[in-house]
Amino acid sequence: MRHLLNFLFALFFAVNAFATDSVKDSKKEGSLKEEIKAYVQHHLKDSHDFYLGSYKEGDKKKYIGYVGLPVILWDNGLTAFSSAKFKHGKAVVQKGSTFYKLYHGKIYKTDAAGTIVYDDAHHPTNEKPLDLSMTKSVITMLFTALLMFFLFRALARSYAQNGNIASGIGRFFEPIILYVRDDIAIPNIGKKHHGRYMSFLLTVFFFVWFLNLLGLTPLGINVTGNIAVTFGLALLTFLLTNLTANKNYWAHIFWMPGVPIPMKILLMPIELLGVIIKPFSLLIRLYANMQAGHIVLMSLIGLMFIFNNWLGSSLSFLLAFAISLIELLVAALQAYIFTMLSALYFGFAVEEHHDEAH
Amino acid sequence: MEKLLGEFSFGLFIWQTVIVTALILLLRKFAWKPILNTINDREEGIRSAMASAEEARQEMQNLQADNERILKEARAQRDGLLKEARELRQKMIDDAKEEAKAQSEQLLAQAKEAIEGEKQIAITSLKNEVADLSLQIAESLTKEQLSSDKKQTELVQKLLKEVDLKA
Repeated sequence: MRHLLNFLFALFFAVNAFATDSVKDSKKEGSLKEEIKAYVQHHLKDSHDFYLGSYKEGDKKKYIGYVGLPVILWDNGLTAFSSAKFKHGKAVVQKGSTFYKLYHGKIYKTDAAGTIVYDDAHHPTNEKPLDLSMTKSVITMLFTALLMFFLFRALARSYAQNGNIASGIGRFFEPIILYVRDDIAIPNIGKKHHGRYMSFLLTVFFFVWFLNLLGLTPLGINVTGNIAVTFGLALLTFLLTNLTANKNYWAHIFWMPGVPIPMKILLMPIELLGVIIKPFSLLIRLYANMQAGHIVLMSLIGLMFIFNNWLGSSLSFLLAFAISLIELLVAALQAYIFTMLSALYFGFAVEEHHDEAH
Repeated sequence: MEKLLGEFSFGLFIWQTVIVTALILLLRKFAWKPILNTINDREEGIRSAMASAEEARQEMQNLQADNERILKEARAQRDGLLKEARELRQKMIDDAKEEAKAQSEQLLAQAKEAIEGEKQIAITSLKNEVADLSLQIAESLTKEQLSSDKKQTELVQKLLKEVDLKA
């Protein structure tokens, strides 16, 4: 597999060099690259509206399967309207005496003409209302939550109807639930305390896994590659770890047993920092992995259009295909790692006092 | 880092936290608890079934061992009985032989004694007979030769003593 990939990469760059030699219109290609880059950037971000695809018809951009999503703003009172009213940022929405404009995925308060004022670094300085919109990511999470709820409630029900034996799709998920319990929760937390954390671990595992998988569909969803989402997940791990921690856990942070007093004082800030760093690493790991996966995959797909010849494009396609297979693995792997590390941190929090001898 | 913070959407964070927390609570009530309970019950059931099967097997083995032991004991008992019977038979035969022997010996001794008695009687009567006979002979012999009876008797007695009848 690796040899094949190496070979493909080598061929790839050879074709690339050949292709650059024979550019018909370098300026045109430059603009295509820019367009793809913008497209990838746009895809990685959350969006206020949902569509399956877009194309250009003359000077106008047309959208396929466009659905406006609810925009909810808190701006001295609750305001709600459909994101379709923004007309992809071209229109200013008036609510009462305030005007809102969608600019690069964010909503700003503007004047009636929709003027955006920039600072030196070309960042808009307009005031932003508190944006609680049901964006594409929120809708996807709601969908995933509903899917999980019906899926696992069905499994729970199938036990009652089928004499404690899973039926249907539950037969696929039951071993995974058992895996989370027997190979993630119990080895890290211990048999005595694992029960308390099972709901969190199972929910987070399936939630992250399903969202990762949805990110691989052509719907253009990138929920787990969004820092706000991974932050929220890691925050729950952080809170759960520290709110359920026992005396022993805090003793290891503030007054490390079994080391001389100067070391105890030295270790205190390090351990305290560790409390923050552990969940922080969780949120960065999941975010970066999913983000990177999406960038690589979309760039390879974009390359097909840059090459625009049968050899380079088909090679790009093959590479994109191989990367998608790897991403399929990464989707499960990242869910596993997030759950495993959460379980590990819970394990630290409930570890019983043990002898210094070992 | 600035880009990361710029990308951070507070609204999305709020939604995410609400959705996940609600999902955890709902699934705990409607899915995870019943599922894990069922799995635990099932595992407990399997474990207890296996334990009872093992117990039954042990019992069976014990029973089999018991049977074997009883059989062995019975065989030993039978062997003992047979041996005893054989010994008893031998003893009875031996006893009978012994008794017969003793009886025959006793009979023999009695017979011998009787014979001895008879013999003594016969000897005595023979002695007397012989004495009488000798006396008669001597009387008839000496009637003509001897004058005195007295001298004749003394002579006969002396002669008779010299005769050893036992011989």
